[in-house]
Amino acid sequence: MLSAWGMALLQALLYPALAPLLIGWVRKVKARLNNRRGASVLQPYRDLRKLLAKETRVAHTASPLFRLAPYVVFVATWLAAATVPLVARDLPTAQIADIIVLVGLLGLARFFLALAGMDVGTAFGGMGASREMMVSSLAEPAMLVAVFTLAMSAHSTSLSSVIGYHLADGFVVRPSYLFAFGALVLVALAESGRIPVDNPTTHLELTMIHEGMLLEYTGRHLALMELAAYLKLMLYGVLIANVFVPWGIGQAFAPAALALGLGAILLKLAVLGAALAVGETVVAKMRLFRAPAFLNLALLLALLGLLSHVILEVGA
Amino acid sequence: MSLTQLPLLEQFVLLQAALVLFLSFGLLSQTRLLAAIHAFAWQGALIAAVTLTVAIAGHAHHLYFSALLTLALKAMLIPWMLHRLVRRLALERHTETLSHPALVSMAAVALVIFSYWVVVPIVAEELTFTRNIVAVSLAVVLIGLLMLVARQQAVAQVLGFMSMENGLFLAAVSATAGMPLVVELGVAFDVLVAMVLFGVFFFQIRDSIDSLDVDRLNRLTETEEETP
Repeated sequence: MLSAWGMALLQALLYPALAPLLIGWVRKVKARLNNRRGASVLQPYRDLRKLLAKETRVAHTASPLFRLAPYVVFVATWLAAATVPLVARDLPTAQIADIIVLVGLLGLARFFLALAGMDVGTAFGGMGASREMMVSSLAEPAMLVAVFTLAMSAHSTSLSSVIGYHLADGFVVRPSYLFAFGALVLVALAESGRIPVDNPTTHLELTMIHEGMLLEYTGRHLALMELAAYLKLMLYGVLIANVFVPWGIGQAFAPAALALGLGAILLKLAVLGAALAVGETVVAKMRLFRAPAFLNLALLLALLGLLSHVILEVGA
Repeated sequence: MSLTQLPLLEQFVLLQAALVLFLSFGLLSQTRLLAAIHAFAWQGALIAAVTLTVAIAGHAHHLYFSALLTLALKAMLIPWMLHRLVRRLALERHTETLSHPALVSMAAVALVIFSYWVVVPIVAEELTFTRNIVAVSLAVVLIGLLMLVARQQAVAQVLGFMSMENGLFLAAVSATAGMPLVVELGVAFDVLVAMVLFGVFFFQIRDSIDSLDVDRLNRLTETEEETP
């Protein structure tokens, strides 16, 4: 039997350990769908090791903020991830930090990422930063409204109580959850830079958002930035999987429940990753100027979730 | 009575009603005519599904016939007629530029809140599980009205009009467990005749102003042509 804080620490360590595997899995499925054999699912680990071993160079126009940013971005994303229940539900970290703190931590990471993009003074960095801020300023309201929809059902903004409430209810068809799910999926795609909004595989200057801000980074700084991006994708995946399909998550800190929880979340993430790969294969990247319409849809879905909760689900 | 105490079948009715509302929003902001017609067909199919589920959950046998009628008319016949019209008018690739898309959807959200506010006192009186849907159906009617106001394209306006009728039907099913069969058949034929008339009317408009943009009807005055 582990103590609660020991469990929270173990879970926080599981995130960076598993995040590259998720990326590798998505890339592998995508490659198979394109009739390629693709790199091994362990390739992201090798990339990170290679980057960590390489020399770290910094542009001579860079300020100290440029050196500081990768650490801030990584730690803020990691802290945000630590508040999302992965294997077990009743975490002390989920109780001291609720969903609004999670959105705030992600905002902090994004703020430093954008600052670092503008710091060196290259055109691409500034362009990437401006685009990132445009996308995130539209995505954040949608995310918050979707989160409020969940919180209104559970009467709490803590993730572990939201999941606990959903588990205690059993199988209930909630229109508001369906809309919040749609909104969160769209927000997750936009925020983690996946295909309809940003293409994670190219360095094409006309379209890149996230890559544009990382162009000047090398060595361990780049490794941290990449790992933070992997973590963010996994965070959104776990958030969606465990809030909307919570079955299987460990209710106690006993070894059997934890093993079941780990198996369940790995299965859910594998399914979500495969769905992401299929989606990215089927859908083309859209023009940057259509991103506001995409995120407006997310906001509309989230608002409809909120309204349908009030109109349809609460007894008069 | 909150959602968790309802049987699963009745929860599905609420889910379908919420999807009808979502499709109304989709219809409102869809700029491609063919996609809008498809959204309208899906809305009709969902209304038929709501009717069918209410019939099963409430053991109301006469609603089976209404569900079938709705499916045949609103999900198949009228969308097919509209499809054919659009093809004959050569408007398949037509996209309409909406002047303020985000503003219009936010106005629609405000209409949903308004209709909830209007319906709350009525809802408090009733006890059936479908009572919450009355607000949704009123919102669908109002959004159809908003579509008539916000759109310039005649075919899109007809879609708004038809989706208003969808909202009325949903209100009838949810508030009173369906209208008498005679009334229902009458309404169905009214809608069908209206559709045929609209079809004729489209060709008339196009012949006289060479476009289906109804805003141009305002400009077509005799005085304007004489002044230059």
